[in-house]
Amino acid sequence: MNNVVTKAYKLLRKSEQATDTQQTDQSKRSFIGGLVGASGLAVAPGVMLYETASAKPADQAVTNQVRWGMLVNVNQCTEDCNACVTACNDEHGLWPEEGSSTDSQWIRKLTVKDPTTENTKSFPVMCQHCEHPPCVDVCPTGASFKREDGIVLVNMHTCIGCRYCMMACPYKARSFVHEVLENQLPSTPRGKGCVDSCNMCVHKIDAGENTTACAQACEKDGHQAIVFGDLNDSQSEISKRLKDFGGTQIRADLGLNTGVRYQGL
Amino acid sequence: MDFLRYSTIEARSSKFWMLLIGLALIVLIGVLSAHHVEVEGHVITGMNNQIVWGLPHVFAIFLIVAASGALNVASIASVFGKVEYKPLARLSALLAIALLAGGLAVLVLDLGRPDRLIVAMTKYNFKSIFAWNIILYTGFFAIVGIYIWSMMDNAMQKYSKKAGLFAFIWRLILTTGTGSIFGFLVARSAYDTAMLAPMFIIMSFAFGLAFYILVLLASYTWTQRPLGDYVLNRLRNLLGVFIASILYFVAVYHATNLYATEHHAVEYFLLVDGGIYTSLFWVGQVLIGGIIPLALVYMPQTKNCRKTLIAACAMVILGGIAQLYVIIVGGQAFPLEMFPGMEVSSSFFDGVVAQYYPSIWELLLGLAGIAIALLIVTVGVAILDFLPDSLSDKIVEAKK
Repeated sequence: MNNVVTKAYKLLRKSEQATDTQQTDQSKRSFIGGLVGASGLAVAPGVMLYETASAKPADQAVTNQVRWGMLVNVNQCTEDCNACVTACNDEHGLWPEEGSSTDSQWIRKLTVKDPTTENTKSFPVMCQHCEHPPCVDVCPTGASFKREDGIVLVNMHTCIGCRYCMMACPYKARSFVHEVLENQLPSTPRGKGCVDSCNMCVHKIDAGENTTACAQACEKDGHQAIVFGDLNDSQSEISKRLKDFGGTQIRADLGLNTGVRYQGL
Repeated sequence: MDFLRYSTIEARSSKFWMLLIGLALIVLIGVLSAHHVEVEGHVITGMNNQIVWGLPHVFAIFLIVAASGALNVASIASVFGKVEYKPLARLSALLAIALLAGGLAVLVLDLGRPDRLIVAMTKYNFKSIFAWNIILYTGFFAIVGIYIWSMMDNAMQKYSKKAGLFAFIWRLILTTGTGSIFGFLVARSAYDTAMLAPMFIIMSFAFGLAFYILVLLASYTWTQRPLGDYVLNRLRNLLGVFIASILYFVAVYHATNLYATEHHAVEYFLLVDGGIYTSLFWVGQVLIGGIIPLALVYMPQTKNCRKTLIAACAMVILGGIAQLYVIIVGGQAFPLEMFPGMEVSSSFFDGVVAQYYPSIWELLLGLAGIAIALLIVTVGVAILDFLPDSLSDKIVEAKK
């Protein structure tokens, strides 16, 4: 009898704690949502750098009603700025050693020079989150996959570390974890022997923040060269900009329909 | 004795056990190397985020390609009806299985997560040529196993021709699949061509046959069984045709690329300015793997000369490894062309030729693959009737 009462008490406590956690999560989300909204408005009147949607409930599946993407304005990106790269490394706990050929780099600054005109451009390149990703096509186990909302990810439970996706990616966007990792961040599961790459800060998106660390850092530094948003929403800032000023894809000839677009390339 | 009889080899001699122990030791060292890499991570190998497939893949793909080629000798007998090849067929099928096992072992042991092999066997993405290859490789074991059974068991003999035909078709698809691993990589300048699939098939013919001739010569010499010149000269001529065919395919592959301006840079890299890759191409692949063995095979002075045949086979194997090194590592070393015609640089080695220095761990694993294949053959011929007692000219010509 005593046992039954103890069990019932424990169950009751558990459900109370769960409700508390949910409430905390809810208030956290509305607080973050408010902050995001306020900062979005503060950047420039009429210019929203990212969407302010609320968090999707955890039990609700991701849908293809949205397609997350990013627009990089190359003309607003300066060569000496590395804020997006640093922010990505901090957000995901990457911290690659300088000059290392084996450490993961999810985003990198590329300097591209036209040898004829000597015109030089500098801009970030990361996973382009293709609609038809070659990495997903070639992955033997289906560990490389594309979410309904367009984000290309690696399932860390089924990646066997064959690296065929790295051979197939036209953007050199993927890295293989070459050694034992310590101090990984809970929001970014990674591990030795698996492949990883830019996940478009999926933890932020699923938490309703609807932005990426690189876009935030770029904005904070005052360049506003990276716009994150929903490519399917004609009213989103990214769609409006793409409609008004156009945008190009890297290796558009491959017909991959990338989620990351560039202006001024 | 002028009828064909098969028997196991004498397995009690000290030479046999020394060979067995020697091969087993090489396998053990290779497995320990792979374990070391698994514990420490691939950081101790020469591979990196630019050269993601290195020396283990060169060995693995060489063995897999050679495996399907080794089956050719059996196919010539059962599919193309050349009965004088029939006495050679059992060993051909055994070697095919052995080489494939060696190649797959290397491939699997080099995975980032070899402990997840069960995932690769149970979760398939059917759009991936890699997943198809897993099915093709496991199917090859089963089909060639049945083929061997049909050749060895009198009751099954009536199915031998059909099994041989099926195995032949399967092996053609299998090598097409292996070549397509690279052929389907649209973003890499050195790959992205349908030429690679047929080229891999012709490469398999030569590599597999070279391996077969060496194993045949070793088995018969070491066990003091008669091996006539008739068989060897047939195989020698066949090897010559295959070597010439590889050179033809390589010439067409590069000529096709050289015609298209967009591929000039990668061709210049591979053929002129690629350092180790250029040297391996001209000296390793073309000279040692092609022109010299071709001369050794066809020069009238070398007819009936076993030493030159052994040298030619060894050169074809070395040239084949060089060729796969150029294709696999050289193809990755050339910078990925994201912005054609532009000068690109970054912290992630964009726009520069990737550096790769193979480690001892990779080499030991690769050599273990070869040892696994030879170990399977050694055990196989000792426990089952794979080898005819005699392959003297009299016996073989009587089969015609």
